[in-house]
Amino acid sequence: MRAALIVARRELSGYFATPVATVFIVIFLVLAGALTFTLGNFFDRGQADLIPFFSFVPWLFLFLVPALTMRLWAEERRLGTIELLLTLPLPQWAAVLGKFLAAWAFCGIALALTFPLVITVNILGSPDNGVILSGYVGCLLVAGAYLALGAAVSALTRNQVIAFVLAVALCFLFAAAGSPVVTEFLNTRLPVLAEIARGLSVADRFGGFTRGVIAARDIIYFASFIGFFLFVNAVVLDHRKAD
Amino acid sequence: MAALIEIERLTKRFAGFTAVDDISFSVARGEVLGFLGPNGAGKSTTMRMLAGFMPPTAGTASICGADVVDQPVRAKRNLGFLPEGAPTYPEMTVAGFLAFTGRIRGFRGSELADRTDHAMALTQLEGVRLQPIETLSKGFKRRVGLAQALLHDPPVLVLDEPTDGLDPNQKHEVRELIRRMAPEKAIVISTHILEEVGAVCTRAIIIARGRLVVDAPPSVLEEQGSSLDDVFRRLTLGQEAA
Repeated sequence: MRAALIVARRELSGYFATPVATVFIVIFLVLAGALTFTLGNFFDRGQADLIPFFSFVPWLFLFLVPALTMRLWAEERRLGTIELLLTLPLPQWAAVLGKFLAAWAFCGIALALTFPLVITVNILGSPDNGVILSGYVGCLLVAGAYLALGAAVSALTRNQVIAFVLAVALCFLFAAAGSPVVTEFLNTRLPVLAEIARGLSVADRFGGFTRGVIAARDIIYFASFIGFFLFVNAVVLDHRKAD
Repeated sequence: MAALIEIERLTKRFAGFTAVDDISFSVARGEVLGFLGPNGAGKSTTMRMLAGFMPPTAGTASICGADVVDQPVRAKRNLGFLPEGAPTYPEMTVAGFLAFTGRIRGFRGSELADRTDHAMALTQLEGVRLQPIETLSKGFKRRVGLAQALLHDPPVLVLDEPTDGLDPNQKHEVRELIRRMAPEKAIVISTHILEEVGAVCTRAIIIARGRLVVDAPPSVLEEQGSSLDDVFRRLTLGQEAA
């Protein structure tokens, strides 16, 4: 665990030593703010909550998180540092976990920087801050799920474009699985699959958090989603590290 | 005394060809083994397997009695490895990078500071300690990689082309360094500079097309032909003609 944290610390400072951090955070904040106030009708709704904001964050993450993960392993391969990192005395899972934790912490920082929205809504009215907090927890879990998925895809290929497109597509699959279009289509033809699709949907699970419900089964869903893809990442890495 | 590096029938096959074919050798404390061969002969592949980066198709490699596949972390703790091309994280400073590898190796506090200072002193990096590695010249980058391999004073050193890209003075320094450390360590260096073998190695191995063709002290090799150059050409080209 210590080794994982050392790797995470190095990775996180790596984000801030390059323009990656600035570009990511600025684009995220601009888009999140703009979408909340324009498409989200933040003012016209006349309600003191952050529902418009939370409804856009998972869709922003759908594109921004794969942009973050596409370089995770591809960059190590390009620089050859993968050979250095994996010949240091640390278990392989520690390298996988360290990279994931750094990216997750980074997403946490980006989310935390949206705090002016919380202040705004508190000045304009009296929102339920518990619900807002649970919404943020949900956002962080969605980011974690997409990160784990994207990191596993990044271990699969040394081409960053392929890693990005594949990660967006797979994240979209999990985001859209519970949407009415998909479930109604499946309901009329294969009702069993509709249930499964709804069960696997990231968006459905996230919905609970925005309503202020932190259910144990949703936490377990995200934890097993992240755990599963970190495991896939470690296995793929073990087989393809030298390719 | 038991050898610090044991390689037994090591083989690596890639789709369609065999990069390393049934190689066995061992290196004891005090030996400096020169690993020679034409480009693509399998030098780096052998070193990667020895360092536990690439799993062998067949055969075993162990460092200080720990098998690199079964007990990877134990084996790597006793190993200082300079990968081919001396890769480093470009955005980190020299001191930051060395501290990172030191922390992973379990050092902290004042010991970590002492170790990084010592490694930088050995490789003459003190002048650039706070510079980002990407701003350094090729020779400095190579020495950062070398410093990383020496930081924990390991009993086994595996260096893939340690003097590549260095100027003649720096080459001399690195060879001196290797010679100074040689008595307490088992060292493997790969190179295609033949005079380096005569200068620092106590033993030379030549591989061609993945097979071990010679394992002898450099002095013995020189007796066979007029010079190391001739021996190298005869052995490696002869293999290709066959």
